[in-house]
Amino acid sequence: MSGYLTGVLVTLCFNIIAAYAVYLPMAAGQLNLGIAGFMAIGAYAAAFLTNEMGWSIWPAVAVGSASSCIIGLVIGIPVLRTHGIYLAMATFALGQVIAAVFLNLEVVGGAAGYPVASYAAPAVIFMATAGVMLFVMLLSTTRFALYLTSVKSDSTVSDLMGISVRSIQAAAFAIGAAIAGFGGALYGHSYNFIEAQHFNVMLSVFPVLFVLFGGTQTVFGPLVGAMFFTLAPELLRASAEWRYAIFAFFIIVFMAVRPQGLITTSLFAAFRKRPNGGKV
Amino acid sequence: MSALVITNLSKSFAGVQAIADLSFEAPKGLATALIGPNGAGKTTVFNLVTGVYPVDAGTILANGIDVTRMRSRLRIGTGVARSFQNIRLMAHLSVLDNLLVGQHIRANRLADLLTPYRLIPGHRWKRDALEALDQCGLADFAHSAVSALPYGVRKRVDLVRATLAGASVLLLDEPAAGLNPTETNALRDDLKALKAKGVTLVIVEHDMHFVDSICEHVVVLNFGQKIAEGTLAQVQKSKAVRDAYLGTEEEA
Repeated sequence: MSGYLTGVLVTLCFNIIAAYAVYLPMAAGQLNLGIAGFMAIGAYAAAFLTNEMGWSIWPAVAVGSASSCIIGLVIGIPVLRTHGIYLAMATFALGQVIAAVFLNLEVVGGAAGYPVASYAAPAVIFMATAGVMLFVMLLSTTRFALYLTSVKSDSTVSDLMGISVRSIQAAAFAIGAAIAGFGGALYGHSYNFIEAQHFNVMLSVFPVLFVLFGGTQTVFGPLVGAMFFTLAPELLRASAEWRYAIFAFFIIVFMAVRPQGLITTSLFAAFRKRPNGGKV
Repeated sequence: MSALVITNLSKSFAGVQAIADLSFEAPKGLATALIGPNGAGKTTVFNLVTGVYPVDAGTILANGIDVTRMRSRLRIGTGVARSFQNIRLMAHLSVLDNLLVGQHIRANRLADLLTPYRLIPGHRWKRDALEALDQCGLADFAHSAVSALPYGVRKRVDLVRATLAGASVLLLDEPAAGLNPTETNALRDDLKALKAKGVTLVIVEHDMHFVDSICEHVVVLNFGQKIAEGTLAQVQKSKAVRDAYLGTEEEA
């Protein structure tokens, strides 16, 4: 495999992980615009453990992910009292504050960045991404995933059915933060360098676009969205500077034709065959 | 013995008295109709019983348990479930998925939450939901998206979802509204089957023929107050009820 192709696939992997980190809270109706902050927590925590404490990569990645999860849970419970645009603004500010903290944290290099000694090869990133996809797909077969949709569709009815709406939302937020932290931890060890400036606004916004484009109704939406946003610009490279215009045109057309996202439950239903007459 | 006991219930919204000192009981295993003109406060009573709105004054006992200050999501655990006047199913979920949401109170442990039931053929949750649908003749719609269903079917699915919580008291808000005669008859059969199982029904309904065919007990509200109570024949004789529905001679 060429270095270029490997590079593109590794980027795709990180985009897929980021998309699933955004997808889970979004499936419950929460727009998390602070995903870069949680990636930063995972990246810096894991890098610190491998650099300073001599840990091997996987335990460090696990702790980085768990750190993001715990901070996501602790911060998420009060933040999730807000809704709609206020929640988006709160999570946006949260991501910026976390990045600013690392920018001024000298123990991990501050503004100069933080070199990471241990290396995660592309094969490791591919396997880890497959693991994240498997995890989210497995989660999508549970009541938890069903309740995410239920809470998003009608929180009042969900509550009257006995579902703890805030617990489901907080859990989705925290699991999303854990996935972001996992991705951030692997990112640091894949590129062997992290700096707070990388965990910027665009890193939070793009995964939201992946999910909105792919659709939140099924677990495959974020995957398709991340693939489109990562691969389409590469496939359009031959068209030189026009590729950005063509790419933007595709996005506008797709969003106009399918505002609910490319992959929806009705699309699945249309292709689903039920030879057993609808039996479970 | 009453399944639902409402005592001196009051609720106001921004100074407007929606429910005023309301008391009535729903006898266990029977069907009680809550009737009255539009704006009488019938749906508000359901919203107070299920905790959508907090109560200003009074008490609500469900199966002997005081639910007046209980969190709304815990009330279904006392055996009270409801359907909605404007159907509130999850539109882009399938009928089966909507019913699985309705089962939550019977599958609310952490292990239940994380069981990959979709991967398990014939899982008991899916089987139970399909059986409930089958009993109402709706099994063919199990995998249809709710948004694609006719109004009458959605209305009946809403009822099936309410029953899947295993509730002993069902609050049904205008279950027959918008149904054609065939669908109304099917609904009547569904409700009679529930009564036969010992489920207590409290029904808000404007169709008096439907009320007459189902309900043994009728409570009439007007401007948030109870103006009559008894059998349908008894309340129909009440001057207060006739005035509420038809207006007084002075108004005429």
